[in-house]
Amino acid sequence: MSEEVIHTRIWQEEAEPDNAFAALSCHCHGYDVYGDLLSKASWIEYLYLLFRGEAPTAAQAKLLNGLAIALANPGPRDPAVHAAMCGGVGGSTSASCLMAALAVGAGGSGGSREVFNVMMGWQAYGLDLESWQAALGKEVEDDPANIWPAASHPAGFDPYGVRCTNPVRQTLEYLAGLGCGQTLIWLNDNRKPLEQAAGFPLAMPGVAAAALCDLGCTPEQGEMLFLMLRLPGAAVHALEQRDGGYKNFPFFRIELENDPGPSQNLTNQNGESS
Amino acid sequence: MNGPDLLTEHVGRLATEMGAFFPGERVVFRGKDLFTSLKDLDWLELYTYSITGKRYTPQQVRVLHVMWTHNSYPDARLWNNRVAALAGSSRSTGPLGIAAAMAVSEAKIFGGASQLRCSEFLIRAKKLMDEGADLETLVRAEIKEKRGIGGFGRPIVATDERIEPIMAIVREQGLENGSYIKLAFEVERVLLEGRLRWRMNSVGLTAALCADFGMRMHEYYMVAVPVFLAGMPPCYLDAVNKPEKQFFPIPCNMVSYEGVDQRRW
Repeated sequence: MSEEVIHTRIWQEEAEPDNAFAALSCHCHGYDVYGDLLSKASWIEYLYLLFRGEAPTAAQAKLLNGLAIALANPGPRDPAVHAAMCGGVGGSTSASCLMAALAVGAGGSGGSREVFNVMMGWQAYGLDLESWQAALGKEVEDDPANIWPAASHPAGFDPYGVRCTNPVRQTLEYLAGLGCGQTLIWLNDNRKPLEQAAGFPLAMPGVAAAALCDLGCTPEQGEMLFLMLRLPGAAVHALEQRDGGYKNFPFFRIELENDPGPSQNLTNQNGESS
Repeated sequence: MNGPDLLTEHVGRLATEMGAFFPGERVVFRGKDLFTSLKDLDWLELYTYSITGKRYTPQQVRVLHVMWTHNSYPDARLWNNRVAALAGSSRSTGPLGIAAAMAVSEAKIFGGASQLRCSEFLIRAKKLMDEGADLETLVRAEIKEKRGIGGFGRPIVATDERIEPIMAIVREQGLENGSYIKLAFEVERVLLEGRLRWRMNSVGLTAALCADFGMRMHEYYMVAVPVFLAGMPPCYLDAVNKPEKQFFPIPCNMVSYEGVDQRRW
Protein backbone atom coordinates (compact mmCIF):
# COMPACT_ATOMS: atom_id res chain seq x y z
CA MET A 1 0.00 0.00 0.00
CA SER A 2 1.10 3.57 -0.61
CA GLU A 3 1.79 6.03 2.18
CA GLU A 4 -1.32 6.59 4.33
CA VAL A 5 -2.20 10.00 2.93
CA ILE A 6 -4.84 11.30 0.58
CA HIS A 7 -3.29 12.59 -2.64
CA THR A 8 -5.03 15.48 -4.36
CA ARG A 9 -4.32 17.99 -7.08
CA ILE A 10 -7.48 19.93 -6.19
CA TRP A 11 -7.42 20.95 -2.55
CA GLN A 12 -4.81 22.36 -0.24
CA GLU A 13 -5.35 23.19 3.41
CA GLU A 14 -3.15 24.88 5.95
CA ALA A 15 -3.97 23.81 9.49
CA GLU A 16 -4.75 26.15 12.34
CA PRO A 17 -1.63 26.40 14.52
CA ASP A 18 -3.39 24.75 17.47
CA ASN A 19 -5.71 22.34 15.66
CA ALA A 20 -4.58 19.89 13.00
CA PHE A 21 -8.21 19.17 12.15
CA ALA A 22 -9.27 22.74 11.38
CA ALA A 23 -8.23 24.66 8.31
CA LEU A 24 -6.71 28.10 8.52
CA SER A 25 -6.96 28.45 4.75
CA CYS A 26 -8.29 26.39 1.86
CA HIS A 27 -6.97 26.65 -1.67
CA CYS A 28 -8.73 25.13 -4.66
CA HIS A 29 -6.47 24.59 -7.67
CA GLY A 30 -4.27 27.29 -6.18
CA TYR A 31 -6.98 29.88 -5.44
CA ASP A 32 -7.70 30.97 -1.85
CA VAL A 33 -11.36 29.91 -1.58
CA TYR A 34 -12.43 31.97 1.44
CA GLY A 35 -9.87 34.77 1.23
CA ASP A 36 -10.11 35.56 -2.48
CA LEU A 37 -12.41 33.43 -4.61
CA LEU A 38 -15.51 33.76 -2.39
CA SER A 39 -15.84 37.48 -3.02
CA LYS A 40 -14.89 37.40 -6.68
CA ALA A 41 -16.12 34.22 -8.39
CA SER A 42 -19.65 33.13 -9.24
CA TRP A 43 -20.91 29.67 -8.27
CA ILE A 44 -20.69 28.58 -11.92
CA GLU A 45 -17.10 29.82 -12.23
CA TYR A 46 -16.16 27.93 -9.08
CA LEU A 47 -17.91 24.80 -10.36
CA TYR A 48 -15.93 25.01 -13.60
CA LEU A 49 -12.71 25.52 -11.64
CA LEU A 50 -13.39 22.46 -9.51
CA PHE A 51 -13.89 20.21 -12.52
CA ARG A 52 -11.43 21.67 -15.00
CA GLY A 53 -8.70 23.02 -12.73
CA GLU A 54 -8.62 26.47 -14.33
CA ALA A 55 -10.82 29.52 -14.11
CA PRO A 56 -13.25 29.60 -17.02
CA THR A 57 -13.24 32.21 -19.75
CA ALA A 58 -16.32 34.40 -19.86
CA ALA A 59 -17.72 32.26 -22.70
CA GLN A 60 -17.09 29.02 -20.82
CA ALA A 61 -18.78 30.36 -17.69
CA LYS A 62 -21.75 31.49 -19.74
CA LEU A 63 -22.01 28.10 -21.43
CA LEU A 64 -21.88 26.17 -18.14
CA ASN A 65 -24.39 28.58 -16.66
CA GLY A 66 -26.75 28.06 -19.59
CA LEU A 67 -26.35 24.30 -19.41
CA ALA A 68 -27.01 24.35 -15.67
CA ILE A 69 -30.26 26.24 -16.19
CA ALA A 70 -31.33 23.94 -19.02
CA LEU A 71 -30.73 20.82 -16.91
CA ALA A 72 -31.75 22.05 -13.46
CA ASN A 73 -35.30 20.79 -13.62
CA PRO A 74 -36.37 18.12 -16.08
CA GLY A 75 -39.83 18.36 -14.51
CA PRO A 76 -41.99 15.83 -12.67
CA ARG A 77 -42.48 13.59 -15.72
CA ASP A 78 -38.78 12.78 -15.80
CA PRO A 79 -38.03 9.34 -14.25
CA ALA A 80 -35.29 10.72 -11.98
CA VAL A 81 -37.57 13.43 -10.63
CA HIS A 82 -40.38 10.86 -10.37
CA ALA A 83 -38.05 8.74 -8.22
CA ALA A 84 -37.25 11.71 -5.98
CA MET A 85 -40.97 12.41 -5.59
CA CYS A 86 -41.52 8.78 -4.55
CA GLY A 87 -39.17 9.54 -1.70
CA GLY A 88 -40.79 12.83 -0.91
CA VAL A 89 -44.37 11.62 -0.90
CA GLY A 90 -43.73 9.01 1.78
CA GLY A 91 -41.65 11.33 3.92
CA SER A 92 -38.34 9.61 3.15
CA THR A 93 -35.14 11.39 4.09
CA SER A 94 -33.97 14.23 1.87
CA ALA A 95 -30.78 12.36 1.06
CA SER A 96 -32.75 9.31 -0.07
CA CYS A 97 -34.80 11.48 -2.43
CA LEU A 98 -31.62 12.71 -4.08
CA MET A 99 -30.07 9.24 -4.03
CA ALA A 100 -33.20 7.98 -5.80
CA ALA A 101 -32.87 10.73 -8.41
CA LEU A 102 -29.20 9.94 -8.90
CA ALA A 103 -29.78 6.18 -9.24
CA VAL A 104 -32.57 6.55 -11.77
CA GLY A 105 -30.99 9.51 -13.52
CA ALA A 106 -27.76 7.56 -13.98
CA GLY A 107 -29.11 5.29 -16.68
CA GLY A 108 -28.45 4.95 -20.37
CA SER A 109 -31.92 6.07 -21.37
CA GLY A 110 -32.17 9.77 -20.62
CA GLY A 111 -29.61 9.69 -17.81
CA SER A 112 -25.97 10.41 -17.23
CA ARG A 113 -24.75 7.17 -18.83
CA GLU A 114 -26.39 8.31 -22.05
CA VAL A 115 -24.42 11.56 -21.82
CA PHE A 116 -21.26 9.54 -21.19
CA ASN A 117 -21.97 7.38 -24.23
CA VAL A 118 -22.55 10.40 -26.47
CA MET A 119 -19.33 11.98 -25.24
CA MET A 120 -17.49 8.78 -26.10
CA GLY A 121 -19.01 9.21 -29.55
CA TRP A 122 -17.65 12.75 -29.82
CA GLN A 123 -14.22 11.42 -28.88
CA ALA A 124 -14.45 8.72 -31.56
CA TYR A 125 -16.09 10.60 -34.45
CA GLY A 126 -15.37 14.26 -33.73
CA LEU A 127 -16.99 16.61 -36.22
CA ASP A 128 -17.08 14.08 -39.06
CA LEU A 129 -20.64 13.73 -40.30
CA GLU A 130 -20.01 10.56 -42.27
CA SER A 131 -18.52 8.80 -39.27
CA TRP A 132 -21.48 9.83 -37.13
CA GLN A 133 -23.96 8.73 -39.77
CA ALA A 134 -22.26 5.37 -40.10
CA ALA A 135 -22.24 4.88 -36.33
CA LEU A 136 -25.84 5.98 -35.88
CA GLY A 137 -26.98 3.68 -38.65
CA LYS A 138 -25.64 0.62 -36.86
CA GLU A 139 -27.48 -1.45 -34.28
CA VAL A 140 -26.65 -0.37 -30.73
CA GLU A 141 -23.93 -2.75 -29.58
CA ASP A 142 -24.69 -4.65 -26.42
CA ASP A 143 -21.76 -5.75 -24.27
CA PRO A 144 -23.36 -8.51 -22.18
CA ALA A 145 -20.79 -8.03 -19.42
CA ASN A 146 -21.48 -4.31 -19.07
CA ILE A 147 -23.22 -3.42 -15.81
CA TRP A 148 -25.20 -0.79 -17.70
CA PRO A 149 -28.17 -2.35 -19.46
CA ALA A 150 -28.17 -1.54 -23.15
CA ALA A 151 -30.49 1.19 -24.33
CA SER A 152 -32.35 0.34 -27.51
CA HIS A 153 -31.79 3.70 -29.16
CA PRO A 154 -28.73 5.66 -30.32
CA ALA A 155 -27.39 7.68 -27.41
CA GLY A 156 -28.38 11.35 -27.54
CA PHE A 157 -31.66 10.87 -29.34
CA ASP A 158 -35.26 10.50 -28.17
CA PRO A 159 -36.54 6.96 -28.79
CA TYR A 160 -40.17 8.10 -28.54
CA GLY A 161 -39.85 11.51 -30.15
CA VAL A 162 -41.73 12.71 -33.20
CA ARG A 163 -39.59 15.77 -33.78
CA CYS A 164 -36.89 17.65 -31.90
CA THR A 165 -38.76 19.39 -29.11
CA ASN A 166 -38.87 23.12 -28.69
CA PRO A 167 -36.88 23.18 -25.39
CA VAL A 168 -34.15 21.00 -26.94
CA ARG A 169 -33.89 23.23 -30.02
CA GLN A 170 -33.99 26.40 -27.92
CA THR A 171 -31.23 25.08 -25.68
CA LEU A 172 -29.07 23.95 -28.58
CA GLU A 173 -29.48 27.22 -30.46
CA TYR A 174 -28.76 29.35 -27.41
CA LEU A 175 -25.74 27.35 -26.26
CA ALA A 176 -24.32 27.08 -29.78
CA GLY A 177 -24.71 30.84 -30.15
CA LEU A 178 -22.40 31.44 -27.21
CA GLY A 179 -19.52 30.49 -29.49
CA CYS A 180 -17.63 28.43 -26.95
CA GLY A 181 -16.09 25.55 -28.88
CA GLN A 182 -17.13 23.92 -32.12
CA THR A 183 -19.17 20.92 -31.01
CA LEU A 184 -22.45 22.69 -30.29
CA ILE A 185 -22.16 24.80 -33.45
CA TRP A 186 -21.51 21.68 -35.52
CA LEU A 187 -24.37 19.82 -33.84
CA ASN A 188 -26.74 22.70 -34.50
CA ASP A 189 -25.65 22.85 -38.15
CA ASN A 190 -25.89 19.07 -38.64
CA ARG A 191 -28.85 18.19 -36.41
CA LYS A 192 -31.16 17.16 -39.22
CA PRO A 193 -28.84 14.72 -41.04
CA LEU A 194 -27.85 13.25 -37.70
CA GLU A 195 -31.51 12.79 -36.76
CA GLN A 196 -32.13 11.13 -40.10
CA ALA A 197 -29.25 8.73 -39.51
CA ALA A 198 -30.40 7.95 -35.97
CA GLY A 199 -34.06 7.63 -36.93
CA PHE A 200 -34.97 9.72 -33.90
CA PRO A 201 -34.96 13.39 -32.96
CA LEU A 202 -32.15 14.90 -30.90
CA ALA A 203 -32.76 14.85 -27.13
CA MET A 204 -31.46 16.91 -24.23
CA PRO A 205 -28.67 14.43 -23.25
CA GLY A 206 -27.29 14.87 -26.78
CA VAL A 207 -27.18 18.63 -26.39
CA ALA A 208 -25.71 18.35 -22.89
CA ALA A 209 -22.99 16.02 -24.13
CA ALA A 210 -21.98 18.47 -26.86
CA ALA A 211 -21.91 21.35 -24.36
CA LEU A 212 -19.80 19.34 -21.95
CA CYS A 213 -17.36 18.53 -24.77
CA ASP A 214 -17.09 22.23 -25.57
CA LEU A 215 -16.33 22.85 -21.90
CA GLY A 216 -13.39 20.47 -22.23
CA CYS A 217 -14.87 17.79 -19.98
CA THR A 218 -13.95 14.13 -20.21
CA PRO A 219 -16.88 11.71 -20.52
CA GLU A 220 -16.42 10.86 -16.82
CA GLN A 221 -16.56 14.55 -15.84
CA GLY A 222 -19.57 15.06 -18.09
CA GLU A 223 -21.38 12.15 -16.48
CA MET A 224 -20.79 13.58 -13.00
CA LEU A 225 -21.81 17.11 -13.96
CA PHE A 226 -24.99 15.93 -15.66
CA LEU A 227 -25.95 14.01 -12.50
CA MET A 228 -25.29 17.04 -10.31
CA LEU A 229 -26.89 19.66 -12.48
CA ARG A 230 -30.24 17.83 -12.57
CA LEU A 231 -30.54 17.55 -8.80
CA PRO A 232 -32.21 20.91 -8.06
CA GLY A 233 -35.43 19.89 -9.81
CA ALA A 234 -35.44 16.52 -8.07
CA ALA A 235 -35.04 18.25 -4.72
CA VAL A 236 -37.82 20.76 -5.08
CA HIS A 237 -40.31 18.30 -6.55
CA ALA A 238 -39.58 15.86 -3.70
CA LEU A 239 -40.20 18.63 -1.18
CA GLU A 240 -43.40 19.64 -2.94
CA GLN A 241 -44.78 16.10 -2.83
CA ARG A 242 -43.79 15.75 0.81
CA ASP A 243 -46.04 18.69 1.54
CA GLY A 244 -48.81 17.45 -0.78
CA GLY A 245 -49.18 14.01 0.80
CA TYR A 246 -49.56 10.56 -0.70
CA LYS A 247 -53.29 10.86 -1.39
CA ASN A 248 -52.52 13.47 -4.01
CA PHE A 249 -49.84 11.41 -5.73
CA PRO A 250 -50.65 8.76 -8.40
CA PHE A 251 -50.50 5.14 -7.26
CA PHE A 252 -51.41 3.73 -10.71
CA ARG A 253 -52.95 0.43 -11.74
CA ILE A 254 -51.29 -2.96 -12.01
CA GLU A 255 -52.52 -5.70 -14.31
CA LEU A 256 -51.24 -9.01 -13.03
CA GLU A 257 -50.95 -11.48 -15.87
CA ASN A 258 -50.49 -14.62 -13.77
CA ASP A 259 -52.67 -14.13 -10.70
CA PRO A 260 -53.27 -17.52 -9.06
CA GLY A 261 -56.36 -16.07 -7.38
CA PRO A 262 -57.25 -15.67 -3.72
CA SER A 263 -58.06 -19.30 -2.98
CA GLN A 264 -55.02 -20.88 -4.61
CA ASN A 265 -52.52 -22.73 -2.47
CA LEU A 266 -50.01 -24.05 -4.96
CA THR A 267 -47.09 -25.91 -3.50
CA ASN A 268 -44.41 -26.18 -6.12
CA GLN A 269 -42.36 -29.31 -5.70
CA ASN A 270 -40.21 -29.26 -8.79
CA GLY A 271 -38.79 -25.81 -8.36
CA GLU A 272 -40.13 -24.23 -11.53
CA SER A 273 -42.34 -21.19 -11.53
CA SER A 274 -45.69 -21.69 -13.15
CA MET B 1 -47.29 1.50 -33.10
CA ASN B 2 -44.33 3.60 -32.03
CA GLY B 3 -43.29 6.90 -30.48
CA PRO B 4 -45.80 8.61 -28.21
CA ASP B 5 -48.56 6.17 -29.17
CA LEU B 6 -46.55 3.36 -27.62
CA LEU B 7 -46.03 5.35 -24.45
CA THR B 8 -49.72 6.24 -24.33
CA GLU B 9 -50.49 2.51 -24.14
CA HIS B 10 -48.66 2.36 -20.82
CA VAL B 11 -49.94 5.49 -19.13
CA GLY B 12 -51.11 4.73 -15.60
CA ARG B 13 -50.95 0.95 -15.94
CA LEU B 14 -48.34 -1.78 -15.56
CA ALA B 15 -48.89 -5.21 -17.07
CA THR B 16 -46.61 -7.67 -15.28
CA GLU B 17 -46.04 -11.24 -14.19
CA MET B 18 -43.76 -10.23 -11.34
CA GLY B 19 -46.39 -9.61 -8.71
CA ALA B 20 -48.68 -7.27 -6.86
CA PHE B 21 -50.21 -6.77 -3.48
CA PHE B 22 -53.92 -6.75 -2.86
CA PRO B 23 -54.33 -4.42 0.12
CA GLY B 24 -55.76 -6.15 3.15
CA GLU B 25 -55.89 -9.53 1.34
CA ARG B 26 -52.81 -11.13 -0.16
CA VAL B 27 -49.60 -10.76 -2.13
CA VAL B 28 -48.78 -12.49 -5.40
CA PHE B 29 -45.06 -13.01 -5.94
CA ARG B 30 -44.05 -14.15 -9.42
CA GLY B 31 -47.26 -16.08 -9.86
CA LYS B 32 -47.47 -17.56 -6.37
CA ASP B 33 -49.18 -16.54 -3.18
CA LEU B 34 -46.53 -15.21 -0.82
CA PHE B 35 -48.34 -16.27 2.36
CA THR B 36 -49.32 -19.78 1.25
CA SER B 37 -47.29 -21.19 -1.66
CA LEU B 38 -44.08 -19.47 -0.64
CA LYS B 39 -44.56 -19.45 3.12
CA ASP B 40 -41.80 -21.95 3.84
CA LEU B 41 -39.06 -20.16 1.92
CA ASP B 42 -36.36 -18.56 3.97
CA TRP B 43 -35.31 -15.04 3.00
CA LEU B 44 -32.49 -16.07 0.71
CA GLU B 45 -34.66 -18.61 -1.09
CA LEU B 46 -37.27 -15.93 -1.65
CA TYR B 47 -34.60 -13.53 -2.86
CA THR B 48 -33.20 -15.97 -5.42
CA TYR B 49 -36.75 -16.92 -6.44
CA SER B 50 -37.46 -13.23 -6.97
CA ILE B 51 -34.62 -13.08 -9.50
CA THR B 52 -34.74 -16.41 -11.27
CA GLY B 53 -38.33 -17.55 -10.66
CA LYS B 54 -36.82 -20.89 -9.66
CA ARG B 55 -36.39 -22.91 -6.52
CA TYR B 56 -33.11 -24.54 -5.62
CA THR B 57 -32.23 -27.82 -3.91
CA PRO B 58 -31.42 -27.77 -0.17
CA GLN B 59 -27.78 -28.42 -1.05
CA GLN B 60 -27.69 -25.49 -3.46
CA VAL B 61 -29.46 -23.24 -0.95
CA ARG B 62 -26.86 -24.14 1.68
CA VAL B 63 -24.09 -23.12 -0.71
CA LEU B 64 -25.90 -19.90 -1.68
CA HIS B 65 -26.09 -19.01 2.01
CA VAL B 66 -22.36 -19.56 2.36
CA MET B 67 -21.72 -17.43 -0.70
CA TRP B 68 -23.39 -14.62 1.23
CA THR B 69 -22.10 -15.22 4.75
CA HIS B 70 -18.50 -15.72 3.68
CA ASN B 71 -18.36 -12.43 1.79
CA SER B 72 -19.62 -10.16 4.56
CA TYR B 73 -16.68 -8.78 6.51
CA PRO B 74 -17.24 -6.29 9.34
CA ASP B 75 -14.04 -4.45 8.52
CA ALA B 76 -14.63 -0.72 8.30
CA ARG B 77 -11.47 -0.11 6.29
CA LEU B 78 -13.01 -1.76 3.23
CA TRP B 79 -14.20 0.95 0.89
CA ASN B 80 -17.88 0.00 0.83
CA ASN B 81 -18.03 -0.67 4.57
CA ARG B 82 -16.16 2.56 5.22
CA VAL B 83 -19.06 4.46 3.67
CA ALA B 84 -21.43 2.88 6.20
CA ALA B 85 -19.06 3.73 9.04
CA LEU B 86 -18.57 7.31 7.85
CA ALA B 87 -22.36 7.66 7.79
CA GLY B 88 -22.55 6.49 11.40
CA SER B 89 -19.68 8.68 12.50
CA SER B 90 -21.29 11.68 10.80
CA ARG B 91 -24.63 10.84 12.43
CA SER B 92 -26.44 9.99 9.22
CA THR B 93 -29.08 7.25 9.28
CA GLY B 94 -28.35 3.54 9.08
CA PRO B 95 -30.40 2.94 5.93
CA LEU B 96 -28.71 5.84 4.16
CA GLY B 97 -25.26 4.61 5.12
CA ILE B 98 -25.99 1.04 4.13
CA ALA B 99 -27.77 1.97 0.89
CA ALA B 100 -24.79 4.08 -0.12
CA ALA B 101 -22.36 1.32 0.88
CA MET B 102 -24.37 -1.15 -1.19
CA ALA B 103 -24.26 1.18 -4.18
CA VAL B 104 -20.51 1.61 -3.79
CA SER B 105 -20.16 -2.19 -3.84
CA GLU B 106 -20.82 -2.11 -7.56
CA ALA B 107 -17.19 -1.42 -8.35
CA LYS B 108 -14.80 -2.21 -11.16
CA ILE B 109 -12.14 -3.93 -9.09
CA PHE B 110 -14.50 -5.72 -6.72
CA GLY B 111 -18.19 -6.51 -6.50
CA GLY B 112 -20.71 -5.85 -9.23
CA ALA B 113 -18.74 -5.21 -12.40
CA SER B 114 -16.22 -7.98 -11.79
CA GLN B 115 -19.06 -10.40 -10.94
CA LEU B 116 -20.78 -9.75 -14.24
CA ARG B 117 -17.59 -9.89 -16.27
CA CYS B 118 -16.48 -13.13 -14.63
CA SER B 119 -19.82 -14.83 -15.16
CA GLU B 120 -19.90 -13.72 -18.78
CA PHE B 121 -16.40 -15.08 -19.35
CA LEU B 122 -17.03 -18.45 -17.71
CA ILE B 123 -20.29 -19.01 -19.58
CA ARG B 124 -18.75 -17.92 -22.89
CA ALA B 125 -15.57 -19.96 -22.33
CA LYS B 126 -17.54 -23.09 -21.46
CA LYS B 127 -19.61 -22.74 -24.63
CA LEU B 128 -16.52 -22.21 -26.78
CA MET B 129 -14.70 -25.12 -25.15
CA ASP B 130 -17.70 -27.36 -25.76
CA GLU B 131 -17.24 -26.38 -29.40
CA GLY B 132 -13.56 -27.34 -29.26
CA ALA B 133 -11.76 -24.16 -28.20
CA ASP B 134 -8.57 -24.31 -26.15
CA LEU B 135 -8.76 -22.80 -22.66
CA GLU B 136 -5.25 -21.36 -22.63
CA THR B 137 -5.94 -19.55 -25.88
CA LEU B 138 -9.21 -18.19 -24.48
CA VAL B 139 -7.54 -16.97 -21.29
CA ARG B 140 -4.73 -15.28 -23.20
CA ALA B 141 -7.19 -13.58 -25.54
CA GLU B 142 -9.33 -12.38 -22.64
CA ILE B 143 -6.35 -10.87 -20.83
CA LYS B 144 -5.09 -9.22 -24.00
CA GLU B 145 -8.46 -7.71 -24.82
CA LYS B 146 -9.70 -6.80 -21.34
CA ARG B 147 -6.47 -6.59 -19.35
CA GLY B 148 -7.82 -9.07 -16.84
CA ILE B 149 -10.43 -11.65 -16.08
CA GLY B 150 -13.12 -10.79 -13.58
CA GLY B 151 -13.01 -13.25 -10.69
CA PHE B 152 -9.27 -13.83 -10.87
CA GLY B 153 -6.60 -11.77 -9.15
CA ARG B 154 -7.32 -9.47 -6.23
CA PRO B 155 -6.46 -5.94 -5.07
CA ILE B 156 -4.30 -5.66 -1.92
CA VAL B 157 -3.47 -9.37 -1.51
CA ALA B 158 -2.95 -12.25 -3.93
CA THR B 159 -4.72 -15.08 -2.18
CA ASP B 160 -8.37 -15.27 -1.25
CA GLU B 161 -9.11 -16.66 2.19
CA ARG B 162 -12.73 -17.36 1.20
CA ILE B 163 -12.02 -20.05 -1.36
CA GLU B 164 -11.21 -22.95 0.93
CA PRO B 165 -13.99 -22.37 3.52
CA ILE B 166 -16.57 -22.02 0.74
CA MET B 167 -15.22 -25.07 -1.09
CA ALA B 168 -15.41 -27.09 2.14
CA ILE B 169 -19.17 -26.45 2.25
CA VAL B 170 -19.46 -27.06 -1.51
CA ARG B 171 -17.78 -30.46 -1.05
CA GLU B 172 -19.90 -31.19 2.01
CA GLN B 173 -22.96 -30.64 -0.13
CA GLY B 174 -21.57 -32.76 -2.99
CA LEU B 175 -21.53 -29.87 -5.46
CA GLU B 176 -17.81 -29.74 -6.21
CA ASN B 177 -18.00 -31.47 -9.56
CA GLY B 178 -20.04 -28.95 -11.51
CA SER B 179 -18.66 -28.16 -14.93
CA TYR B 180 -18.25 -24.43 -14.20
CA ILE B 181 -16.44 -25.06 -10.91
CA LYS B 182 -14.04 -27.34 -12.73
CA LEU B 183 -13.60 -24.71 -15.43
CA ALA B 184 -12.91 -21.97 -12.86
CA PHE B 185 -10.14 -24.02 -11.25
CA GLU B 186 -8.74 -24.78 -14.70
CA VAL B 187 -8.65 -21.05 -15.47
CA GLU B 188 -6.77 -20.53 -12.19
CA ARG B 189 -4.30 -23.26 -13.14
CA VAL B 190 -3.65 -21.59 -16.49
CA LEU B 191 -3.17 -18.22 -14.82
CA LEU B 192 -0.83 -19.60 -12.15
CA GLU B 193 1.32 -21.21 -14.80
CA GLY B 194 1.55 -17.92 -16.68
CA ARG B 195 3.32 -14.66 -15.97
CA LEU B 196 0.45 -13.06 -14.03
CA ARG B 197 0.13 -15.78 -11.37
CA TRP B 198 -3.41 -14.70 -10.49
CA ARG B 199 -5.42 -16.85 -8.15
CA MET B 200 -9.16 -17.28 -8.29
CA ASN B 201 -11.01 -14.95 -5.97
CA SER B 202 -14.42 -15.28 -4.38
CA VAL B 203 -16.12 -13.78 -7.43
CA GLY B 204 -14.64 -16.49 -9.65
CA LEU B 205 -15.86 -19.19 -7.31
CA THR B 206 -19.36 -17.84 -6.74
CA ALA B 207 -19.88 -17.03 -10.40
CA ALA B 208 -18.96 -20.61 -11.24
CA LEU B 209 -21.22 -22.05 -8.53
CA CYS B 210 -24.19 -20.00 -9.66
CA ALA B 211 -23.56 -21.00 -13.28
CA ASP B 212 -23.56 -24.62 -12.14
CA PHE B 213 -26.91 -23.92 -10.47
CA GLY B 214 -28.26 -22.85 -13.84
CA MET B 215 -28.21 -19.10 -13.25
CA ARG B 216 -27.65 -16.82 -16.21
CA MET B 217 -25.00 -14.15 -15.74
CA HIS B 218 -27.41 -11.33 -14.94
CA GLU B 219 -29.22 -13.59 -12.48
CA TYR B 220 -25.94 -14.25 -10.67
CA TYR B 221 -25.15 -10.53 -10.78
CA MET B 222 -28.46 -9.75 -9.06
CA VAL B 223 -28.25 -12.67 -6.62
CA ALA B 224 -24.83 -11.38 -5.60
CA VAL B 225 -26.03 -7.81 -4.90
CA PRO B 226 -26.22 -8.22 -1.09
CA VAL B 227 -23.16 -10.46 -0.61
CA PHE B 228 -21.35 -7.78 1.39
CA LEU B 229 -24.43 -6.57 3.25
CA ALA B 230 -24.02 -8.31 6.61
CA GLY B 231 -20.62 -6.71 7.11
CA MET B 232 -22.02 -3.19 6.85
CA PRO B 233 -24.29 -2.76 9.91
CA PRO B 234 -21.48 -3.55 12.37
CA CYS B 235 -19.37 -0.83 10.76
CA TYR B 236 -22.22 1.65 10.93
CA LEU B 237 -23.18 0.69 14.49
CA ASP B 238 -19.63 0.82 15.79
CA ALA B 239 -19.23 4.34 14.43
CA VAL B 240 -22.64 5.61 15.47
CA ASN B 241 -22.15 4.32 19.00
CA LYS B 242 -18.83 6.07 19.38
CA PRO B 243 -18.40 9.83 19.75
CA GLU B 244 -19.14 11.64 16.52
CA LYS B 245 -16.53 12.17 13.81
CA GLN B 246 -13.98 9.87 15.52
CA PHE B 247 -13.95 7.35 12.67
CA PHE B 248 -10.70 7.76 10.74
CA PRO B 249 -10.48 11.53 11.30
CA ILE B 250 -8.11 13.15 8.82
CA PRO B 251 -5.79 15.93 9.92
CA CYS B 252 -4.76 18.57 7.39
CA ASN B 253 -1.31 17.09 7.01
CA MET B 254 -2.75 13.76 5.92
CA VAL B 255 -3.88 15.42 2.70
CA SER B 256 -0.99 15.66 0.29
CA TYR B 257 -1.51 18.52 -2.16
CA GLU B 258 0.12 17.92 -5.50
CA GLY B 259 -1.46 20.64 -7.62
CA VAL B 260 -0.53 24.04 -8.98
CA ASP B 261 1.03 26.77 -6.88
CA GLN B 262 -1.06 29.32 -5.04
CA ARG B 263 -2.38 32.17 -7.23
CA ARG B 264 -4.86 35.05 -7.18
CA TRP B 265 -8.33 34.87 -8.82
